[in-house]
Amino acid sequence: MNEFKDLRLTVASSPHVNSPVDTRQLMLDVLIALVPAMVMGVYFFGPRALVLTLVSVVGCEVFEFGYRKLMKKPGALGDLSAAVTGVLLAFVWPVSIPYWTILVGDFFAVVVVKQLFGGLGKNFLNPALAGRAFMALSFGSMMTKYIKPGTANWWGIPNSIDAVTDAITTATPMGALHAGDLPAADYNGLVDLLVGNVGGCIGEVSAIALLLGGVYLILRGVIHIRIPLSYLGTVALLSLVFPQGNDPVLWALSQLLGGGLMLGAFFMATDYVTSPCTPKGEMVFGVGCGLLTVFMRYFGGSAEGVSYAILLMNICVPIIEKVTRPGRFGVSREDRKAAKAAKKGGDKA
Amino acid sequence: MKNRFFGGVHPAEHKDLTEHKATVSLPKAPDQVVIPMSMHVGAPCKPVVAVGDQVKVGQLIGETTGLGAPIHASVSGKVTAVEPRLSGGGQVMSVVIENDFQNTPDPAIRRRDNVGALTGDQIIDIVRQAGIVGMGGAGFPTHVKLSGAVGKVDTLIINGAECEPYITSDHRLMLERGDAVVGGAKLLAKAVGLKNATICVELNKPDAIEHLKSLCGEEVRVEGLKTRYPQGAEKQLIQAVTGRQVPPGKLPADVKCLVCNVATAAAVYDAVTEGKPLTQRFVTLTGGAVKEPMNVLAPIGTPLSHLLTQAGGFKADPDRVLLGGPMMGIAVYDLDVPMMKGTNCVLSLTREETAAQDPAQTCIRCGKCVEVCPMKLTPLFIRANANKDQWGEVEALRVMDCIECGSCSYICPARIPLVQTFRVAKAQLRKQAAEKKAKEGGKA
Repeated sequence: MNEFKDLRLTVASSPHVNSPVDTRQLMLDVLIALVPAMVMGVYFFGPRALVLTLVSVVGCEVFEFGYRKLMKKPGALGDLSAAVTGVLLAFVWPVSIPYWTILVGDFFAVVVVKQLFGGLGKNFLNPALAGRAFMALSFGSMMTKYIKPGTANWWGIPNSIDAVTDAITTATPMGALHAGDLPAADYNGLVDLLVGNVGGCIGEVSAIALLLGGVYLILRGVIHIRIPLSYLGTVALLSLVFPQGNDPVLWALSQLLGGGLMLGAFFMATDYVTSPCTPKGEMVFGVGCGLLTVFMRYFGGSAEGVSYAILLMNICVPIIEKVTRPGRFGVSREDRKAAKAAKKGGDKA
Repeated sequence: MKNRFFGGVHPAEHKDLTEHKATVSLPKAPDQVVIPMSMHVGAPCKPVVAVGDQVKVGQLIGETTGLGAPIHASVSGKVTAVEPRLSGGGQVMSVVIENDFQNTPDPAIRRRDNVGALTGDQIIDIVRQAGIVGMGGAGFPTHVKLSGAVGKVDTLIINGAECEPYITSDHRLMLERGDAVVGGAKLLAKAVGLKNATICVELNKPDAIEHLKSLCGEEVRVEGLKTRYPQGAEKQLIQAVTGRQVPPGKLPADVKCLVCNVATAAAVYDAVTEGKPLTQRFVTLTGGAVKEPMNVLAPIGTPLSHLLTQAGGFKADPDRVLLGGPMMGIAVYDLDVPMMKGTNCVLSLTREETAAQDPAQTCIRCGKCVEVCPMKLTPLFIRANANKDQWGEVEALRVMDCIECGSCSYICPARIPLVQTFRVAKAQLRKQAAEKKAKEGGKA
């Protein structure tokens, strides 16, 4: 009837266009946001920091690919989520850790925590943090072998934990904070904490680099500011109010800049899969992480509290989501209360 | 901006393809038009002409049988068929008219000189006779909307948001027929007993805002709105302009608001002052597949194939041809279907333009769908429950509140067809409700 008869037209439900941002793009943005922290890690702890991270990334991707292949599930390499896990897992260890231990952590994170629960989107614990917890249980002594920044020259870091001599190990700011002491006596000392010129884990030490990455993620719309803001805000507030006898502002800033808080607040607590999907829920989640972090840092057995705080809050996500569902369009709070009261009255009658 | 609606997205606009192109009459009128008897919400019209009849432009060819709006011939010529034909919504009884290219107007069409003396009820009656329906796409009979609003509303909003990407027909209408839009706004206000009206336009059309402002007096006001989809959705527009939220299951009149599209206002103006029924409208022919994107003034019932030929045909194979915009448009599979009263755009998208749609991946619980939902729903949870046939939970998550704007599907990084799932869920819930009702009826 018309010249367009031989066209093959697709009939589909609207909408017919999509945002160009897909899962892979989101994960790629997270990887990009982690670059500044990686650079600082290499600057302070030598190239082994980079090699360790790359080993971890390759480990995670290989385990993910292998598992999907073995179980005859559609491949999931392209989404880069395993790569993010790999980087994050390497970032929470001192540079002195042996390569094989990180691979054990990779396996636990990707296969046990993520894939056994159904893969991306189904795990209820943050894979990197669960992997870290597993490693901390298994190889706890290695966590304490922190290297003094700048003492590593090219391949100067020994490949085995036993070879790390006392001469190059150092105390960490978290150690001091845990003992109730300020890691830096004055504001000038805080600069080292901000930049990352202190003993600590590869990707955790440089607060400024992590902040930079966090701001990038927020500006790109990858994460919302709600979780980091409520998390950091809660920690800051509690530290100001309970300074353990120190100068409150100095104490609070040290708490914010020290340990894994920045990495946790911007990159771990904001993990899509294991944080609430509701806007209010994100606030509750952030506050909960903050409360638990301060609690563990003050009263816990180990110096650090961020990773366990987030893992515990991960478990609370379903209940948080249940109680923080958005209100109904066109129904005001008063309407809801009235409806509830009417229902109650009806039940009684 | 004093108020704004919840959520929303901002897809690439692509309006530059046609926004600066003046609307043209079809270079060649269609050889025949196919006029469906159902271009509105409600019951289909009953054809009042038979095969062989000579009809004139504006002559009544379909009478209402219930809720609906009458239908008029859009060209003059001979009726060649009265039979079900394929339209955007399936097989619909249609009147096919072979164009004699004379454009002979129906003698009953006469200019009105006493417009100022008309009462509100008279205006509503003229709107009814002219067969005017909501021209933004919803197709609700305008006279019914007006009757229900008389004395109940305090705000009249004329919707010129045109928030869908690609579409520029309302934009061009506001620029080229601003007087009709403003005049129509005044008539609509009078019809429902109001003194004022507000024309709302998204800020991405500054020239239209300027132009309308120059035409407006004290009675009609122009308000610029943030460019954000779905700004033009009725509930969202009311929220943005007045801060009021239409309660679930209620109508705009329940929050004292009446919303009419700018094209509807212009049609009302033409009906009242010129006596013209609704037989033609502005349509945007656009998309990456079209050779010469343009805005046209076309007779209702013109087959899409004819419109697309006028736009130079295709320069690339279209993947989809849509009636409406990319966010809510209906995909057609046969280009013989006609444009209707609510057709503001014929959009031909290439495979590249729709490529980001697939394939669907696994939900990563990013929560972006919750963030963008203008109705404050939780799309990912609704989908998860629908996939497990947990219909009670799906209903409790208020899927029936969904306005199918498509924001959630658009933003989803895993490309999950959420809206499609909700349409299925809604149909399922309606079916269950009907079955339950039938059962209870049986018992009684």
